[in-house]
Amino acid sequence: MSGPQPGMPGGFPGAPGAFAGPPQKKLDPDSIPSITQVIEDDKARLGGQVFSTNIRGQVPPLVTTDFTVHDQGNSSPRFIRCTTYSLPCTAELAKQCQVPLASIIKPFAKLPNNETPLYVVNHGETGPIRCNRCKAYMCPYMQFIDGGRRYQCSFCNCINEVPVFYFQHLDHMGRRVDFYERPELSLGSYEFDATLDYCKNNKPPNPPAYIFMIDVSYSNIKSGLVKLICDELKTLLEKLPREDGAEASAIKVGFVTYNKVLHFYNVKSALAQPQMMVVSDTAEMFVPLLDGFLVNYQDSRAVIYNLLDQIPDMFADTSESETVFAPVIQAGVEAFKAAECSGKLFIFHSSMPTAEAPGKLKNRDDKKLVSTDKEKTLFQPQKGVYEQLSKDCVAQGCCVDLFLFPSQYLDLATMADVPSHTGGSIHKYNNFQVETDGEHFLRDLRKDLQKSLGFDAVMRVRTSTGFRATDFFGAVYMNNTTDVEMAAVDCDKAVTVEFKHDDTLSEETGALIQCALLYTTIGGQRRLRIHNLSLNCTSQLSELYKCCETDSLINFFAKSAYRAILNQPVKNVSDILVNQTAHMLACYRKNCASPSAASQLILPDSMKVFPVYMNSLMKTAPLVGSTELSTDDRAHQRLSVMGMGVEDTQLQLYPRLIPLHDVDVSSEAVPAPVRCSEERLTDSGLFLLENGQSIFLWLGQASPPDLIQSLFNAPSLAHLQQGHMFTLPELDNPLSKKVRSIIGELLEKRPNSMKLQIVRQRDKPEMLFRQFLVEDKGLLGGTSYMDFLCYVHREIRQLLT
Amino acid sequence: MRLSSQISKDKKRQPPQCVLSHPDCTRVSPPPPPRCVLRETVKLAGRWREQRHARRFSDCCQNAKWKALSPPPRTTRSAPSFYRSHWSSVMSTYQEFIQQNEDRDGVRFSWNLWPSSRLEATRLVVPVSCLFTPLKERPSLPPVQYEPVLCSRANCKAVLNPLCQVDFKAKIWACNFCFQRNPFPPSYAGISEVNQPAELMPQFSTIEYIVQRGPSAPLIFLYVVDTCLEEEDLQALKESLQMSLSLLPPNALVGLITFGRMVQVHELTCEGIAKSYVFRGTKDLSAKQIQEMLGLTKPAAPGQQGRPVAPQEAAASCRFLQPVHRVDMNLTDLLGELQRDPWPVSQGKRPLRSTGVALSVAVGLLEGAFPNTGARVMLFIGGPPTQGPGMVVGDELKIPIRSWHDIQKDNARHLKKATKYYEALANRSAVNGHSIDIYACALDQTGLLEMKCLSNLTGGHVVMGDSFNTSLFKQTFQRVFSKDYNGDFRMAFGGVMEVKTSREVKVCGAIGPCVSLHSKGSSVSENEMGIGGTNQWKLCSLDHSTTLGVYFEVVNQHNAPVPQGGRGAIQFVTMYQHSNTQKRIRVTTIARNWADAQSQIQHIESSFDQEAAAVLMARLGVFRAESEEGPDVLRWLDRQLIRLCQKFGQFNKEDPTSFRLSESLSLYPQFMFHLRRSPFLQVFNNSPDESSYYRHHFVRQDLTQSLIMIQPILYSYSFHGPPEPVLLDSSSILPDRILLMDTFFQLVIYHGETIAQWRKAGYQEMPEYENFKQLLLAPLDDAQEILQTRFPMPRYIDTEHGGSQARFLLSKVNPSQTHNNLYAWGQETGAPILTDDVSLQVFMDHLKKLAVSSSS
Repeated sequence: MSGPQPGMPGGFPGAPGAFAGPPQKKLDPDSIPSITQVIEDDKARLGGQVFSTNIRGQVPPLVTTDFTVHDQGNSSPRFIRCTTYSLPCTAELAKQCQVPLASIIKPFAKLPNNETPLYVVNHGETGPIRCNRCKAYMCPYMQFIDGGRRYQCSFCNCINEVPVFYFQHLDHMGRRVDFYERPELSLGSYEFDATLDYCKNNKPPNPPAYIFMIDVSYSNIKSGLVKLICDELKTLLEKLPREDGAEASAIKVGFVTYNKVLHFYNVKSALAQPQMMVVSDTAEMFVPLLDGFLVNYQDSRAVIYNLLDQIPDMFADTSESETVFAPVIQAGVEAFKAAECSGKLFIFHSSMPTAEAPGKLKNRDDKKLVSTDKEKTLFQPQKGVYEQLSKDCVAQGCCVDLFLFPSQYLDLATMADVPSHTGGSIHKYNNFQVETDGEHFLRDLRKDLQKSLGFDAVMRVRTSTGFRATDFFGAVYMNNTTDVEMAAVDCDKAVTVEFKHDDTLSEETGALIQCALLYTTIGGQRRLRIHNLSLNCTSQLSELYKCCETDSLINFFAKSAYRAILNQPVKNVSDILVNQTAHMLACYRKNCASPSAASQLILPDSMKVFPVYMNSLMKTAPLVGSTELSTDDRAHQRLSVMGMGVEDTQLQLYPRLIPLHDVDVSSEAVPAPVRCSEERLTDSGLFLLENGQSIFLWLGQASPPDLIQSLFNAPSLAHLQQGHMFTLPELDNPLSKKVRSIIGELLEKRPNSMKLQIVRQRDKPEMLFRQFLVEDKGLLGGTSYMDFLCYVHREIRQLLT
Repeated sequence: MRLSSQISKDKKRQPPQCVLSHPDCTRVSPPPPPRCVLRETVKLAGRWREQRHARRFSDCCQNAKWKALSPPPRTTRSAPSFYRSHWSSVMSTYQEFIQQNEDRDGVRFSWNLWPSSRLEATRLVVPVSCLFTPLKERPSLPPVQYEPVLCSRANCKAVLNPLCQVDFKAKIWACNFCFQRNPFPPSYAGISEVNQPAELMPQFSTIEYIVQRGPSAPLIFLYVVDTCLEEEDLQALKESLQMSLSLLPPNALVGLITFGRMVQVHELTCEGIAKSYVFRGTKDLSAKQIQEMLGLTKPAAPGQQGRPVAPQEAAASCRFLQPVHRVDMNLTDLLGELQRDPWPVSQGKRPLRSTGVALSVAVGLLEGAFPNTGARVMLFIGGPPTQGPGMVVGDELKIPIRSWHDIQKDNARHLKKATKYYEALANRSAVNGHSIDIYACALDQTGLLEMKCLSNLTGGHVVMGDSFNTSLFKQTFQRVFSKDYNGDFRMAFGGVMEVKTSREVKVCGAIGPCVSLHSKGSSVSENEMGIGGTNQWKLCSLDHSTTLGVYFEVVNQHNAPVPQGGRGAIQFVTMYQHSNTQKRIRVTTIARNWADAQSQIQHIESSFDQEAAAVLMARLGVFRAESEEGPDVLRWLDRQLIRLCQKFGQFNKEDPTSFRLSESLSLYPQFMFHLRRSPFLQVFNNSPDESSYYRHHFVRQDLTQSLIMIQPILYSYSFHGPPEPVLLDSSSILPDRILLMDTFFQLVIYHGETIAQWRKAGYQEMPEYENFKQLLLAPLDDAQEILQTRFPMPRYIDTEHGGSQARFLLSKVNPSQTHNNLYAWGQETGAPILTDDVSLQVFMDHLKKLAVSSSS
């Protein structure tokens, strides 16, 4: 949630007491499980260490901990994380504990510099070696037998011949002699070069293309956005992602501007001037040119510069305020179709598409629906044109990244339908103003443009016998029940896969997951990326609970709840969440915990902070039924979470609250975060709060003047500008530098840019800030952590009796 | 003839030089051409040209009998100054009368005496009709700067003319069409017998008024350019287009539409980025949609509603049509950067060409922005439309474009739909007064058959060539922008021709590049000939040679007396936009005497203008051929000819040998013979496109050109005498002659066998055979003269005996000698033609037999 909330309450309750809930039972807040504590403990225990993946069912460190992965046969937790690393052997057991079995797969996760990038294996003309029956790819789990002439697939147990060229003798352990020379035999993650059989129409793919589609209607021109984009692109296009070792990016670029009609640009390098081609036939979109639309930036730099210089001027006195939207995407798809490539559309759009064209939208925002059975319609996209468009996009490998600059409702649920099915991102900047949001937007754009990603991807998750993948959550498109299609997948997109038993699993052999992703690289090569993970199986519930991972669990719950609200009333979804939480915990209490007083709340160690996350999840905008939230913002959050990985959901649901007033300016370290509760704030303090979407600098009422002086170059808090502030001045003193470097580092680290908001205690904007203090009672509804825990406890006790 | 006697003497003196022992040599090598001993440097052609004029009428007069075959005597391309001296003198013959009328009024009537009753008129077979050239070039006719005086009767509105009776005292004139008595307007107060306004003087039977009313609209030229061309072709076309910009009047508006798979309308105002609007080539759009998509429909500003937008405002609002002087550079660059259609064309496919949509966009654009303003859409195509509405053939190369055979078998899939589509476009365009030119340059057909109506209904040009990179196209295109003696373009726009007639005559219709305006007046006959049912026609574009055939009907009852005054009158009122944007009205009033057909049949016969009649009948035939089967038309023509011969021939019943035709009809059967063989009625050996092309030109050219088309002219050049016109007959093809044939569409230079061999031997290079060189050059010079003036430029063919191109000549000449009736060996009587066609002689024998037969 970025930007000011249009729907925020106007008045500010004067007394601080208004924020505190009803008097609690005398329970020490410090005594209840603390996420910050858990994180710190894990950091202390595993931080900076090497995590070797040679052991089956090994629980990895938390996502918040820094560690180095050493791939020894299982995929890095950066690629795959599971809700539990010990699967229950039987379906009954799984049903009994109600712990969801799921993996969160982030196939293109960024690897730190000290970890080896994936090896690329080439199996020659016949393509990667695969099991004849289940088509699993060659991996460390294949059992070579018969002196190495045959191998048994450990996914389906089929026995396959080893192709002659692949034959190798076995050593005394039964391992192939070339075990360490072949990544596909010794590593959890690796890539295959795909052969033509894996390409569309059996033709090698062309390098992908990026098309920039800029809404040049009145509001975008007036706000200065168009000029901002054009100026930025000139430098940004130099930094298009490229294949490792490649001299220049192979990605081609194209430009479209539009309002009611579309303007395509011919920027062929041979031209002295770009040429504009206007297509007004929005009913049946087509691409008016072939040659010169998608060009190599290096070759056409001069013409593109010329174009980017001229676009803001050309439309400077436009009065067109109506826009089209679906035809814009359609145009992109057609362009890729004509150029026979995949690619990404960057759409910079301002308003609801009301011009007469396919995909025309009407204002259907209705706050009266909130908290009713019909609330789900607010989240549902309008059917028809956009549905078909998603299909077309995915079929062509056309990913849509949407940058929205609305000043009012624009039916985001519908407009973001295509991006959310094509692996795209949705960025939203309410009431965009270049001065305050410009840098924030540009950071997003830069990150988005430079991201490494794969195009035209199909993912298939194979499992060993006994269980299978049944459900998929993410910015993906499912044409059938097994193939996950993504027009593009970048380093931040994750797919959550739910598993179900269809037989019993054996403790001995464990369970195997192989995720194969067929995609086109940014250089235009067709590749297969394979991630393998082996898990334990257990018939002991205690073992299962021990191997649970709260961060993954909450990712799964968030995604499944956000999907469920499309079909059920929000209230139901919340009830289910609470019930399942209570059930999971009660089951543990009943079966695993040592007997104790019924009044005592006993939580499994691996899940001890689970209730905090769950409570926070239920207080997120999509799930909290409040008319004060804008429908678009709720839809936006819902859709963004659907594609998130574990790291992002964790941060989203439990923001970092970093005290800055006693920061050690001489140390590199970032101060340890404190719990997200008002009680942790001090009037004389200075806090930074960050959740991956927003970043706040909170200034206590009684902040020491010297702090204010060093940070803002102002004598006191009162001298600071009223209302919103969005930047820290660049001052040459250790504190200012330190604070700015912390903020800079955070901005660098997160997948999205965050808009810095500086709020003073008791100022109106503090409301926004307080929403993120997730342990407190929610401003718009939702209980405090303490209350929730009590409530869950009560439920557990009910279940146990 | 000094020259020829010298030459023949020379020939006698000089034996063949190659008489050496080698036997082959004597057989193969021809004798050398006669050597020029006297270095007389009179250019053959030059001298002959003078003679040609002098001989013109005597030729005709000598041909008293049909047998004395002669090519049509018309050899001049413009009215020779030679005749002007005769104007004032008394006319001794009808020939002179006809010539004078043509020169002064641009009118040639089939009959110059009119039969006084309906019955007699129908018995004359050839209807009372005329060829009328509305804008006949008249250097001696300065336009007057005032408005015409109209008859005050509402349904008459005839223009004051020299035939009106004027009472100078009372200042009253009587309309000679409705006999209404009209007072002169106040501005005519000063007139008297000695001070007459121009329109009352007899020599101003044709007069042109400049009308000051209304805003003057600039001319509009909209180029519609096919980009699915070969690189070389496109380059040539681009150069031609760029060149044409310099020929346009500086205030003319130009626009550019290019098309291939897509249709692009180029915006010409923009600085910096070249902007164009693109349309899908497969989608049929309504005019309203097109205007919306081009952003031309602006909501009318309050207070201006209902008021039509003045052209100036429209000009400002229309970014696609801009004054040449303003966008000259822009457009030149734009044309320079024009690329071939970039969409890939796979093996075995035709490029996708959206001609239909491109035209629809062009018509829609002009319709929205400039209704009722003179505009020319110039379509340049290098192949048939292959997609979208108006497609003529699919893009599969394995399916060839329709042939006559397919059409007759009803096997042309797209024909009807495409024709209907283009007809609708043509009609829309005609309503708005915009004309459409088609410049089709391709080796294969381009769909002219389907598209012909675009030009036929709107008065546009059709030019057909093999490539844009030929002088045929380049010079023809350049000639579109040629100027007259005043420096004005030889083109006029938005013409409306109205015909007013005396009560005894009604107008049946017109044939030419026009559309009916459906104006029903009292002078409109119910009997339609050509485009009838109206007395007003629209000619969206016309030039000095545009000629209409106008057909009349005498309605006077048989028993009624010869009408009062003894003369019938017809007035042509042509309003048009001059190329200098002035609005002008040209009024031509003519009168002819009535004659009682029973008592004065010889007079009527001698008033017959057989040349005009041949062309007028041919137009009727061609008009029928567009909708009827070929054989039916031929039968109809034959029937008319036989009836005419029966009516006017002198013969004893059942005795063919006694048959005679008078001088005034003597050539007519021969014209009909050649017309029957012409590509206007015969489709054999012509593609549907070619037929459409030929017919298009036939129904718009003036009499001289039309006659050349019906019966090509053949000149002979030899050492035996000065160049002379010879019979269009196979007997004219002799080894020692060079022939020059002009069929209007082709200019063929044919070197006889001996001449060809001489030429091959290179005699012309030798100084002592300078005369041979001169002989070779003479037809070239004459051909050049024709090439330089004719529009469209004819195909120039230089061939020789036995050459493959000689077929152009062989197919035109009368096959008097064929392989069937070859004369005895050794006689130098011309070349046998391998054909089963009947010769003129056989044709005439049959005609005579049928004419004298009492049964028919």
